[in-house]
Amino acid sequence: MATDHIVGIDLGTTNSLVAYMQGDAPAVIPGEDGLNLVPSVVALDEKNQVIVGNAARRYLIETPERAVYSVKRLMGRGVEDIREELKLFPFRLADDLQAGEVLRIKIGERTYTPPEISALVLRQLKRNAERFFGAPVTKAVITVPAYFNDAQRQATKDAGRIAGLDVLRLVNEPTAASLAYGLDKKKHGVVAVYDLGGGTFDISILKLHDGIFEVVATNGDTHLGGDDIDNLLITIALDDIRGDLGLDVRRNGEVVARIRKAVIEAKIALSSKSSAKLEVELPGGKRYQREITREAFEQLLQPIIDRTVGPCKQALKDAGLKPVQIDEVVLVGGSTRIPKVRQLVQDLFQRVPHTDLNPDEVVALGAAVQANILGGGSEVTKEMLLLDVTPLSLGIEVAGGVTDKIILRNSTIPASATQYYTTQVDGQTNVAIHVLQGERELARDCRSLARFDLKGVPPMPAGLPRIEVKFLIDANGILRVSAREQRSGKEAEIDVQPSYGLTDEQVENMLLASFDYAEEDFRQRQVIEARREAETILAALAKAKKSEAWQELTSDERRKIETLDKALAAVKDGDDYQAIRQAIDALNQGTMRLAELMMDSAVSTALKGKAMDDTGIEEGQQAGHPVAKAEFE
Amino acid sequence: MTGAGYASAPNFVRRPDMPNAESKSSLIMPGEATSSCWSCGTMRTMHFCCACGKVQPAVPVDYFTFFGFSRKLDLDTSVLEKEFYALSRRLHPDVFAQSETQERAWSLEQSSMLNDAYRTLKDPVKRTEYLLRLEGVELEEQSKQATEKARATGELKKQVVPADLLEEVFELNMHLEELRMQKKLGEDDPAMLEEIGKAKLSLEEKYDALFNELKSEWRKWDKAVDSGTEKERLAIRDTMVDVLNRRNYIRNLVRDVNEALEST
Repeated sequence: MATDHIVGIDLGTTNSLVAYMQGDAPAVIPGEDGLNLVPSVVALDEKNQVIVGNAARRYLIETPERAVYSVKRLMGRGVEDIREELKLFPFRLADDLQAGEVLRIKIGERTYTPPEISALVLRQLKRNAERFFGAPVTKAVITVPAYFNDAQRQATKDAGRIAGLDVLRLVNEPTAASLAYGLDKKKHGVVAVYDLGGGTFDISILKLHDGIFEVVATNGDTHLGGDDIDNLLITIALDDIRGDLGLDVRRNGEVVARIRKAVIEAKIALSSKSSAKLEVELPGGKRYQREITREAFEQLLQPIIDRTVGPCKQALKDAGLKPVQIDEVVLVGGSTRIPKVRQLVQDLFQRVPHTDLNPDEVVALGAAVQANILGGGSEVTKEMLLLDVTPLSLGIEVAGGVTDKIILRNSTIPASATQYYTTQVDGQTNVAIHVLQGERELARDCRSLARFDLKGVPPMPAGLPRIEVKFLIDANGILRVSAREQRSGKEAEIDVQPSYGLTDEQVENMLLASFDYAEEDFRQRQVIEARREAETILAALAKAKKSEAWQELTSDERRKIETLDKALAAVKDGDDYQAIRQAIDALNQGTMRLAELMMDSAVSTALKGKAMDDTGIEEGQQAGHPVAKAEFE
Repeated sequence: MTGAGYASAPNFVRRPDMPNAESKSSLIMPGEATSSCWSCGTMRTMHFCCACGKVQPAVPVDYFTFFGFSRKLDLDTSVLEKEFYALSRRLHPDVFAQSETQERAWSLEQSSMLNDAYRTLKDPVKRTEYLLRLEGVELEEQSKQATEKARATGELKKQVVPADLLEEVFELNMHLEELRMQKKLGEDDPAMLEEIGKAKLSLEEKYDALFNELKSEWRKWDKAVDSGTEKERLAIRDTMVDVLNRRNYIRNLVRDVNEALEST
C-alpha cells in the first residue's frame, strides 16, 4: 500500500535535489540519469518542449536565449531590484513588462515568472521521486536561504504550488543542514552553519540539545555566492579578450556562455590544483588562453568572501557568543570547497570546520529529515524539534516615514505582535497599513513587504474605532495578518497587495496553465497505475497457485499461465505503458478458467456454511476477475 | 498571501474589553479548567484537554499564567526554559502538520503566544516591564505617545533627570559640550576625554547597581504577592518603576556619551 511519501527538496541556485528518509538515514533520490544533482537550469528545445536539469545545460551554451539558470536570484524580487543582476546575468526581461508587475523572463519566445521557472525544476524532482517510489508524490518540504525575506519565501511556496506540491514547510537551509548533521541524537552543543551556495550566503548559530535544534541567531546575504566568483572571472576574461585580441564579445551569448563554463571548470580545478588553464574558442577561429594560479585566484576572491565576515560577526553578536563558545562549524554549499573559504572560516571561528558531510547534499538530506518529522516521525526522529527564527525585523511604517519595529529579528517563530489602530476621519471605513522588513530606521531603507488595506470598519466618529491587528509570522517565516474592530467585534476584510509577488489568482491561473506539462505527468501516472495493477494480479496469482483450483488445471494450462506470469513480471518495472497493459490483459485472459474454478470452489464452500474470509476471496468484489481482486497480505 | 489567515479566529478569541486583556485574567489560576474540550467535552486546562490530550484554542491569558506560574518576578530561568521546551514539543506547528486545519490554526496561535511569553519572561527587565504593564503602569520611556509627539514636533523627548544624578548629568553635559566645541576647532583635550571616561565609568557602575536594586525589589514583591497588603504592593511597584526609569535614563546617557566619543 503506498503511504504518503513526503520528500525533502533543496531548491538551489545552481543545483537542486530531492531526498527522503530511508529507514534511519536520509538518502538522495537520483534522476533518470542516475545522478543526484539536478542543475537548476531550464530550457526550451526547438519544439518548445521544456527541458530541465543536465539535459538543459547544453542549451546554455548552444542556444543561450532559450535557456535560463540561477533563477533563484530573481525570486521575490522586482524589476528595480535586479538591475545589478541584469548586468551580470543573461536574464532577458519580457518586452511588455510594466512597472510594478511581477517579473517575467524570456525563454525563447515564451515568458515565465521566476516561480513558474522554479516550478519546472520542482516538477522534475517530483517526477524523479514518483519514478523512484512508483507512487504519486504530492507533499514536500522545500528549503530556502535563512535570510530570505517574506516575498522570497512566498515565491518559493508559489513555485511549489504551481508544480503540484503541497508545501508542508519551508525550512531554512542552514537549519536543515544542522538536522542532517545532528541526526545522531548525542549531538549536543553550539553549532555554527556557514552556508555559501551558488547565489546566497547564510550563517546560522544553533543550540543543539536533547534533540532540540534551536536557532539562536541568523544572518546572511541573499546576493552573494559562487555566481559572483564566476562573474568576476568572466569579467576578467572579457576584458582580456578585448585588450589582447581586440574583440568585444560581451553581447555574444554563446561565447559568454562558453567562457562561463570554462571559468567554472577552472574554479573547481583550483580547489585541488595550484593552477588551472582557461581555454575558450572565439569567433573567427581565434582562441583565448590564460593560466590562473591559485594565488592569483585567491587574491581575486578575497573581497567577495570578505563579505561573509560582517554577517558572521553580527550573528555572533546577536547570539551573545564569542567564537570560542562555538563547539562546531559545519560547512554547506559547493563554494565552501574553496580552500580560501575554509581558511577564512577557520580564522573566524578559531577551529577547523567540520567537512565530513557532502556540502552539495546535506541540505536536501536535512529537508528529508524534517519531512519525516512532519509525517509523524520515526524511531530516529521522534525526539527532534526545530525551533527557528525570523531573520529580519518586521515593522510598520508610521508618521514621518519611520519604521516601527513590532517583531525583532531572531525572534523564535511562530511569533506575533498586536497593534491597535483607529480612524482619522469621521465615518472612515478603511485603514491602510504598510508592512516592512529590515533593520533600518527609515521605511524607505527597508524592504516593502505588502500594503494591507483593512476594509469594512463600521463607520464611526474619528478616533472611536479600535482596530486590533494581529501580525503573525508562521513556522515558514511568512507573515499573516488578521484584524478585528473591537467595539463591534467585526472582522475586517483584508486586501493584500504584495509588493513583489503573485496574487492567489495568478498562482491559480498558472496552475491551470501548467496542465501543458500535465501530459508528461499523466503518461507517467498511467505507467505507475498499470504497474500497481500488475503487482496486484501477480500477487493474487501467486496465492492462487497454492489453491486447490490450481491443481485442477491441466499441466498445459499451468505452463501457459506461467509464461504469461513471467512475461508480465518482465515488463512491469519498465516505462512502456502499452506493454504492461497488454501483458496484464493477456494474463487476465489466460487465467479465466482458473478464476472460474476458484469461484466455484468459493461458492460451494460458502454453501457449506464456511465464512467467505477463509477462502481469501474478498466480498463484494467487482464482477469479472476474482483472482485480480483477491485480498492478500 | 491570503488575507484573513485566521478564518477561524472569531470562534476562539475572547474579545477583550480592556486595552490589555491580560490584566483581567489573573482570575484564571494556573491549571484551572476554563471551558470544555472541543473534541471530547471534558473540562479543559490551559493548552490541552486533560482527558483526550487534544490541543485547545489559545486563551488570552497573561504570560505568567500561560506558563502556569504565579505573578512573581524572581523567576528561576532554568525552570522557565525547561517548561518552554516541554510546551514547544507539544504545541509546535510541526507536531500538527498532519492534523485538521482547526488544530493547526490553534497550534500556530498557541506556539506564537508561547514564544512571545518566553521571550518576555526570560529577560529580567522585559519581565519586570511586562508585570508593571499588567499592573497598569506605563514606563515613562516607553510611552508611545510621547515618542510620537516628539517625532511629530521635532522636539527632543523630555526625560526627567533623576534627582540624585542632577549634578553629575550637569557636569557631564558641560564636558560633552566643550568636547564638541573643541572638535569643531580641531583641537584635542586628553584631560577632558579622561574626565568624560571617568564619568561614564561611574554611570556604568550605577547602572549595574540599579540592577541589583531591582532584584531586591523583586524579592520584596514576591513576598508581598503572597502575604502583603495592596498598599505594600503598590509601594514596591512604584519603586520598581522608579528604578527602571533611572536605569533607562543612564543607559540613554551612556549611549549619547559613546556616540559623542566615537565621532572623535
